[in-house]
Amino acid sequence: MITLTHYLVLSALIFVLGLFAVLTRRNGVAILMGIELMLNAANINLVAFNKFVAPGAMQGQVFALIVITLAACEAAVGLALVLAAYRGLETIYLDEINLMKW
Amino acid sequence: MIGEAIAFYMLAAITLLSGVVVVSSPNIVHSAVALVPAFLGVTGIYILLNAEFVAGVQVLIYAGAITVLILFVIMLTEGGTGLRLQQRNEQGTIGAVVAAAVAALLIAGATRTVWTPQPGTLATYTPGAIGQSFLGTNLLAFEGTSVVLLVSLIGAIIIARKED
Repeated sequence: MITLTHYLVLSALIFVLGLFAVLTRRNGVAILMGIELMLNAANINLVAFNKFVAPGAMQGQVFALIVITLAACEAAVGLALVLAAYRGLETIYLDEINLMKW
Repeated sequence: MIGEAIAFYMLAAITLLSGVVVVSSPNIVHSAVALVPAFLGVTGIYILLNAEFVAGVQVLIYAGAITVLILFVIMLTEGGTGLRLQQRNEQGTIGAVVAAAVAALLIAGATRTVWTPQPGTLATYTPGAIGQSFLGTNLLAFEGTSVVLLVSLIGAIIIARKED
């Protein structure tokens, strides 16, 4: 029997994978991929709570759809920023982008 | 019920294995392509949770659009796979410790909390209920999201535009 806890543990593991990518990757695009994984984990939580805790309301799935939309916005703006940084600084490795670091 | 368990564990394994490839591959193109099975595994999880519409949107936006966008940017910036360059910073150990701690915290919280289900049943046809909800109780969030989409569209064009 698959319960709510199974889904929550799966989403926690996916979230941690994304967190690890954000903490250890140097490439800006790879960090954005980690953020996408973390957003997916949050979405699994929302949809699972919708089914198991509040089945009468549709809020969980509606929130998941809004999060997917905002994730697409975030990917578009983030990748545009990476492109702009590459034009200006010739690198997308975030530890080399340290113009404001004294 | 046993079929549900088999499907859940297979989808979880697909998602987590692809996620490990995304996180650890030294080849950035392999990471981006491994995002596709990870997103499709999550799609299967949504179908198990009776969220067919969310699953369809997940395939269209995540597995389709976002992956292609990421691949485009990799090809425009790196000019290749990035194998010649170091892909990890020196925070590997700290990152692993922090990730393990967060995982322990989240799993402990998820397994020890008792969730009390509210009364009510899940709609048999969720796309219709989602549409009613978007144009009814959640109208403000819907309109706000569309404004955010417009702003991010214009912002992405302006940021990525070549300066003359």
